[in-house]
Parts: sequence; C-alpha cells; structure tokens
Amino acid sequence: MISTTEFASIARLDNGHKNREVDLAAVDEILDSYRPLAPHALIPILQDVQEHYGFLPEAALDRIGRALDISTTRIFGVATFYNQFRLHPLGKHVIRICRGTACHVKGSAALLDTLEMELNIKAGSTTKDGLFSIETVACIGACSIAPVAMVGDKFHGRLTVKDIPRLVKSLKREDAKGAAEKAVA
Amino acid sequence: MPTVDLTINGREITVEAGATILQAARLAGFQIPTLCYLSGLSPTGACRVCVVEVEGARTLVPSCAFPVADGMIVRTHTARVRAARTAIVQLLLANHPQECLTCVRNGDCELQTLTRELNIREIPFQGERRLAPVDSSSPAIERDPEKCILCGRCVRVCQEIQNVGAISFTKRGFQSEVAPAYDRQLDITSCVNCGQCIIQCPTGALREHSSVRRVWEWLQDPNMHVVAQTAPAVRVGIGEMFGAAPGGIYTGQLVTALSNIGFDRVFDTNFAADLTIVEEATELVRRVKNNEPLPMITSCSPGWIKYCEHYYPDLIPHLSTCRSPHEMLGALIKSYYAEQYGIFPGNIAVVSIMPCTAKKFETERPELETNGFPSVDAVLTVREVARMIKTAGIDFLNLPPRDFDNPLGTSTGAADIFASTGGVMEAALRTAAFYLTGKELANVDFRDVRGLRGIKEARIKIGDMEVNVAVASGLANAKVLMDQIRKGESPYTFIEIMGCPGGCINGGGMPQGSNVETVRARMRAIYTIDQTKVYRRSHQNPAIRKLYEEYLGEPGSERAHHLLHTTYMARERS
Ligand code: SF4
Ligand code: SF4
Ligand code: SF4
Ligand code: FES
Repeated sequence: MISTTEFASIARLDNGHKNREVDLAAVDEILDSYRPLAPHALIPILQDVQEHYGFLPEAALDRIGRALDISTTRIFGVATFYNQFRLHPLGKHVIRICRGTACHVKGSAALLDTLEMELNIKAGSTTKDGLFSIETVACIGACSIAPVAMVGDKFHGRLTVKDIPRLVKSLKREDAKGAAEKAVA
Repeated sequence: MPTVDLTINGREITVEAGATILQAARLAGFQIPTLCYLSGLSPTGACRVCVVEVEGARTLVPSCAFPVADGMIVRTHTARVRAARTAIVQLLLANHPQECLTCVRNGDCELQTLTRELNIREIPFQGERRLAPVDSSSPAIERDPEKCILCGRCVRVCQEIQNVGAISFTKRGFQSEVAPAYDRQLDITSCVNCGQCIIQCPTGALREHSSVRRVWEWLQDPNMHVVAQTAPAVRVGIGEMFGAAPGGIYTGQLVTALSNIGFDRVFDTNFAADLTIVEEATELVRRVKNNEPLPMITSCSPGWIKYCEHYYPDLIPHLSTCRSPHEMLGALIKSYYAEQYGIFPGNIAVVSIMPCTAKKFETERPELETNGFPSVDAVLTVREVARMIKTAGIDFLNLPPRDFDNPLGTSTGAADIFASTGGVMEAALRTAAFYLTGKELANVDFRDVRGLRGIKEARIKIGDMEVNVAVASGLANAKVLMDQIRKGESPYTFIEIMGCPGGCINGGGMPQGSNVETVRARMRAIYTIDQTKVYRRSHQNPAIRKLYEEYLGEPGSERAHHLLHTTYMARERS
C-alpha cells in the first residue's frame, strides 16, 4: 500500500541535483570570513550561505565540506535536521498554510493534505517545475477568517478543501496569461 | 586498577572501575541484547534494547552506556525489562518490511534473532511505513533503506573508523534515514566500497551488490572456461559461514568445493601475492636508488586506493604502481595462461573470491583491462561464495581437501600473511632485504609490524642500511600517515596501508557478526599457515621464477609493467 504522499517523498529525491549550477564566489567569501576554519563554524557558515542564496545549494555544501574537511553527507545531515535550513529554492508561488490553533480547529490539516496531494509535494518543498512551494506557519494572525492560506502576501480566508484545486488552477492560469502576454510583446 | 563490586541477577562480581553494565554482565555470563552498540567506540545509547533494571534508579538504564558502581544491584531480564525490549522491537518491526523469507540476512539477521529471542508473535502497532527504493548504483554496496532500523552503526564506522562519512543520518522524525547527502546514489559519493558498514549492519539494509547469479550463468555455459581464484583471507574465514569456530583453516575444502560447483580451474591469489612482492620490492629498490617519491605506499587494498584518489590526489605519486594481487592474476590468466592453453581470453571468466567488497568496484576500472578484456570478470565475497556452496548442497566442513591447480597455484608463506595488517610489509621486507644485500635473512619474522594496532612503526636494519617503515589499517589511521607526508614530515621509506581495520581478515566481504576475538583468531590462523610453508620468501617461489623465465623476463620488465602495473586518477571528494 503506497499513499500519494509517500510517492511524493520518493519523487523528491532527484530534486536535489537541480541546483548544482550556482556561482560559488559568495561561498568562498563566507568561508574566508571564518578563517582559520574549524568544524564548529559549520552552522554559522550555513546560516550565512542561506542568507545569501535564500537556500543551501548542493554545490555550496560540497564546497563547504571540502573546506572544513567534513563530508557533504554529514553537512546535509545537519542541514536537514534543523528547521531553519532550506535545501531548495522557494517556488514562484509560495503557499503558506496556517497551522495555528484557530485554523487547526477549522480544519487546516485537511487543507494541507489536499494541497500536498494536489501539488504532489510535501510541506517544506518545491514542485519540480519550480512553480509552487508549500510552507506551514505557526499562526499568521488572521484567526477571524480561519482557516487561512497565504499566497505571496495575499490572504485567502475561510477556505475549504474544495477551494484548494481552484486556488492552484487560478495561479497556473495567471502564469499562463503572463507567459502569453510576454510572447505577444 | 581500581575495581568495583556489584551484583548482577543475584551474582556478585568484581570488575574494573569504569566498565559499563553491559561489559560486566558479559563477564558474568549474562547476555544482554544490543543493536546500536559498537565495541571499541563510545556508546550512543540510541536503540535502548540493552536496557536493564538498576535498583534505586527510577527508569530503566541503557547498559551499554551506563558505568558500574560499587554495590550496584542490576537485573537484566525482569518482566519490566522484557516488556520494554519487546515494545522497542515491535516498534521497529512496525516500520519494517516483513520480507525475511527472501532477505539476504534470513537466518543471520540481528533483528530477526531479537524478535525470536523475545518471542514476539505480533506487531500491535499499525502505521505508515517508510518507503524508499533500493540503491544498487554502486558495483560494491547495495543499500535497502526500508530495512534500516537507524541503529547508526554504519554511520559511525564510515565516519569514525574510515573517515569517509558517505552515509549519515539525514532529515528527522518519521522521514529520518541513513543515506548519502541529497539521496545521492552511493556511486557518485566518495564511498570507497570498503564494506565495513555491511560488516556492522545488523539487518539486510546494507549488503554486497551480488554477482552470484552471473557466476552461476557462466558455470552453466559450456562455452565458458570459468576460473576461480581465492584470496589469502578467504581460507581462514569461510569456515565460519558453515558454523565452524573462527580461526579454522579450510584451504583444501574451499578448493574442492569450488571445483565441485563447476569451476574449471581453481587458482590461488597467493601466487600473485608473491608476484606482487617481487614487483613491489623491485619498485622500492628502484625508487630508493633513483630518488623517486618516498615513502612508497602499498597498493593492494582497492578501498585504500579509492580513498587516496578522493582525499590525497596530490600524493598519488607515492602509491606503488603494482596492481592488487587478484588483478595481477587475472591479467596473467587472460594472457599467459590463455596463450599456454590455447583458450580465447573472451571465453574465460575469472571469478575472484575475496574478503573484500572494494574489489567489486576495482574490476570495473578500465585501466585494469588486459588486451581489451577485463582482467577479472566478477568478484564474490566470502558470504556470496558460501551461499553458492550451500545452494549446491555441499557439506563443506567435511569435504576432502584438494590442492590448487597449476600453473598459478603455488605460493609461499609470505603470500599468506597478506591477509593481515602488516603482512604485506613483512613479506616485502623479506624480499627487499635479499634484493638489497644479496643475502637471505636468517630470521624472517618481523614481529613489530604484526598485531591489530591501527598504526605500527618499525626501524628495520637491512645490511648496513636502516629504514623506517609504518603500517596502518582503517582509513582514519591512514589519514594520520598521509597528513604527515603532505606536510613533508614523514620519516618513513615504506608504508603499508589496508583500507579495513585489521586488514583483509576483517574485510568488508568476510562473515558478518565478527568481533576483535574473531579477527584475532583469523590472524593467528594466517601466521600458522605461514609457519608451515616450505618457502616463506616470495622470491623463492619456484612457480614465480618459472613465470619470469618463460614469460615476463625480469621483475619490472616492460611486459611486467604492461600486465602487472597500473595508473591512478584524482577523484572529487564529496
Ligand atoms: S533485515 Fe532481518 S528482519 Fe528484516 S527482512 Fe531481512 S531478515 Fe527479516
Ligand atoms: S563501503 Fe565504506 S566508505 Fe562506503 S559507505 Fe560503507 S563504510 Fe562508508
Ligand atoms: S543501514 Fe544497517 S547499520 Fe546502518 S543504521 Fe541502518 S540498520 Fe544500522
Ligand atoms: S545497545 Fe545500548 S542503547 Fe543501543
């Protein structure tokens, strides 16, 4: 018995190889700022690198590993252990599902499940085409219209599971329109 | 040594202060199950199957991590302890594929044993199972993450003993797994294929990438001339696969078994070990005379070679150019032997039976081909060949012994000790001394380089020359010697490095479930074989002399270089 969410986690495996082509000059500068390098500098270095790129590119992890004489795998272990680190760039549309108490009571878990199924990714990751990311947040502070999702900086309140496919479709339509206009111009 | 008195299950015992409850209990003869514990490394207390009851303590304590104290009263198998262990194992089983019947570890799996011993008849927890594909990308190591119980033994061996860190705990919670970064396939990491992680894995989550099926196919093909060769360590390990005590010597039975399952010829990798020594000692003498890079480092451990290519590519000129012995023998089988017997090399399949998983990767190196054919076509670990022997219904331990086939079956005691850390060094010194002084050594035993210590040093007097030599096994130990060379501070002329701690007798292809005592027993067996050989110096091997006369010319000749030496390449580390 394989559920769709599990398929999603397997499909995610090859996502990582995508961001190998990045300019590593910034990584080198960050590394230089921590010389003489020692393994305990790992976490601050990762924080700085994420600050610069918005996520931790795969090639950066390799470079840091070589500099600190730590295997990429161990660094990856650290980076995936702490919630603060992001291994993939954020998608074009970031959909944040509020998991605060009010939203929870109003069924935000079902919203999240539906969205994960709709996009075939787990919360905290990005679709392969780079269009969508799902994030969860503790409380957005819009409890009066719970359950809430945020797309970019727009609030969507009083959502039901039925709204989720519609929401995704409208975002896709928006993109398609944008692309068409670009093509005409 | 201060001691501590305590009571375990009503028995009073005295142990050294600082011992753990687990160690004390084992001394007292009580078996406490363990999963994450690794003798020799500091305990992590992660799995908690080793919990015991200590009077006065509120909770159960993990015995592998808990030190003994004076007057302590310990109970190891109370109802409370049994319930806790049962719950832990049931939780593991709830997230485990129930595939015992077709699992490679069926019958020698630690999780299975634990389940049986705890008499677990049901798995009350129902939940989602973690699903993950098998990674067969590496020609040597196969990962089956669904069977992983996250004990962390492989992670620690790979990191702490081998200094590679190819696999680690990644992600967290339900998603946690032991894997390479980014779920990369193992073949694109700097995994050196040593197989030490397999030796430690309690389940079928890590195993060799098997060649058994391919070898059976060749054996059944009437057009194929299938030739086996067996490494020195195999003969002192294979008995364990059939229930014999560690340290038994089963050379003759192994040869009989291999010819019974259909190999056309059974040759001895030991022959090529002697050849390696002749070539390597010649190379060493040449390097010393011509001021070429020193120290020279041995090259018969392919796990070590790959490590050097990843982590010390700048020091590749220090590596001896000698191929590993089984690759030398493969090259000779596809050339010398094929020509002598008029067999087309493409119809010969050379199968190396090895204590090693790294050799599975090594055979795929294009630089090791002989006239366009791979020198070795498949490598079987001791475990794999034992499985084949069982499939063939052979009563291994009671087989009548047989001799290796000629012309590639004769060897000296110097070849046998290749199996143990320090052995290649000792064998090389026996021959190098003769080459340098023209006189045979009176005493060929170099005891300073024997034993299981991770790094060994010796100052050897050869004629009126004194040389410093060092021996390391386990790659974290190798790193120490390599860093010295990189800094220009190495005092040595000659270094032996083996990828696996203890050498091939503890190789990644040997029987699993071994410990220091097992390895020591295998080592004793190896030196016993050496003692009983007629010839104990490689250059005295009459078959080797004949080979040079008939075919290779001189040691270090052009033909010898073509067939017996190799090149290396720098590899990225990750
Ligand atoms: S790893 Fe052990 S418990 Fe798991 S399927 Fe294999 S034999 Fe059974
Ligand atoms: S084979 Fe050796 S290097 Fe590779 S993962 Fe296992 S222990 Fe690490
Ligand atoms: S692969 Fe094996 S040794 Fe490694 S953590 Fe999993 S069960 Fe333990
Ligand atoms: S063996 Fe003691 S906690 Fe795992």
